[in-house]
Amino acid sequence: MARASKEEKKTTIMLEALKLFSKEGFYSTTIPDIARSLGMSVGNLYNYFKSKDILAKEIIKYISAYLGNELRKINDRDISAKEKIHNIVTIYFQTAQEQPEMIEYFLRIYLANREVFKDGCEGMICVSDFVTEIMIFFEEGVRKGELRDQDFFSAFGLFMGYLGGMVFLFGEKVLPEELDNYVDDISLNIYKALKSDEN
Amino acid sequence: MKTKLLWIQGLSCNGNVHSFFNYPALEQFLEDFSFIHHPLIDSEFSLEEIVSSYHACDILLIEGAIADDFMRGGKRIIDTILLYAPYVKKIVTVGTCATFGGIFKESPYQNSSGFLYHEEKKSERFAHFQDKVVSISGCPVHPDILVNTLYMLKENMALHLDSFYRPKEFFAYTVHNGCTRNEYFEYKVDNHNFGEKEGCMFYDHGCQAPFTHGSCNKILWNEVNSKTRAGEPCHGCTEPHFPRPDLYVTKKNMGIPQYLPLDVPKRAYLTLSGVTKAFKISRLEKKLIDE
Repeated sequence: MARASKEEKKTTIMLEALKLFSKEGFYSTTIPDIARSLGMSVGNLYNYFKSKDILAKEIIKYISAYLGNELRKINDRDISAKEKIHNIVTIYFQTAQEQPEMIEYFLRIYLANREVFKDGCEGMICVSDFVTEIMIFFEEGVRKGELRDQDFFSAFGLFMGYLGGMVFLFGEKVLPEELDNYVDDISLNIYKALKSDEN
Repeated sequence: MKTKLLWIQGLSCNGNVHSFFNYPALEQFLEDFSFIHHPLIDSEFSLEEIVSSYHACDILLIEGAIADDFMRGGKRIIDTILLYAPYVKKIVTVGTCATFGGIFKESPYQNSSGFLYHEEKKSERFAHFQDKVVSISGCPVHPDILVNTLYMLKENMALHLDSFYRPKEFFAYTVHNGCTRNEYFEYKVDNHNFGEKEGCMFYDHGCQAPFTHGSCNKILWNEVNSKTRAGEPCHGCTEPHFPRPDLYVTKKNMGIPQYLPLDVPKRAYLTLSGVTKAFKISRLEKKLIDE
């Protein structure tokens, strides 16, 4: 079998770390824990990530790139803003169900432990792949007259805060139903909140 | 031998004539060129003589927008153009009205437009003369750019033209090139008050320099200044859609500028601006000379 490239190996480490952070908590999980779980030496793991903070930042960039790539596919489709909202909600909830550790990491670790991310992840630098696609979605929606022009963060907070909140409730096992069952209503609510007055 | 020029006006405010008069070496220019007719300079033939029969000249300069029913000197301007255009070596559209229609394309006259273009759409009216055309857009025309182009034509130098027949020598650049506010642009700091040295006007104040073709910040006006250097946003006056509405406001959609720096892909722009916005450069947030 061909040896995994350095990038592939880094991805494997990040995915394993994500699982452990999700199960054991970010602060309780150490670099030796991650190395042990992968069957590699601690020294070898340090060849890939020099510290846990660096690993933490690389993980958020990885998640942002993953979701950004999914959103980009939606942005590139020739469909209405209303349909795009439905697609974005679908992919976000699907990711939360199939790879819950990704969205959990974003909500529980990235947003809750800013001190870890303050150097190197200022502002939205480490989530720019994801945020850029949301910006492109908003900008095009307004330009085509489908969405109402407003402050970016007012719209961003409404969209992402809502999705994040639902995933949080899902993670807390508060929701009586699976996330899929909420896609239609939530997409419609977001569309109604963002659409232009003419539509 | 002097090159013979004919300067005629369609729908015009005289702005290009006045700008031309600011050319610093006008006396030298008039040693090398002569006007068989010019609206404001004493010249060989009166307007009535010019419009009634053909008089030999080398270059036809057209200022102002053209309309089917617009009269000048008792004749339709279109007929005067047709009297000269087949015989001159070159036709130079002087200013944005003559090139793209400018503000006068909104006039009530029939089919008001530039000589070859209505905004960026080429019209049929004079399309058969396009190989003779050199466009010097601008509101007003930059005197140095007009005169330098005329000298290049006089000397038969090769002019490389862009898709609107504008000399690339002057119009391949953007007005952003040479802007003294580059630090503020790079770090996305608008923070501007009109007339002040501080701040980039692209983000909030409507500056169109990053997507406007021109040399205003390379070849300064009156040899000393430009709009952006003086604290005024670029209005995009060399471009087909000039004047856009709301010249002092940056058109944004959910906070994202609708018009981005020329040829910069939106994703690349948004990613870069996200990075630079994350940093606060305190030096750029306050007055440079603060005492």
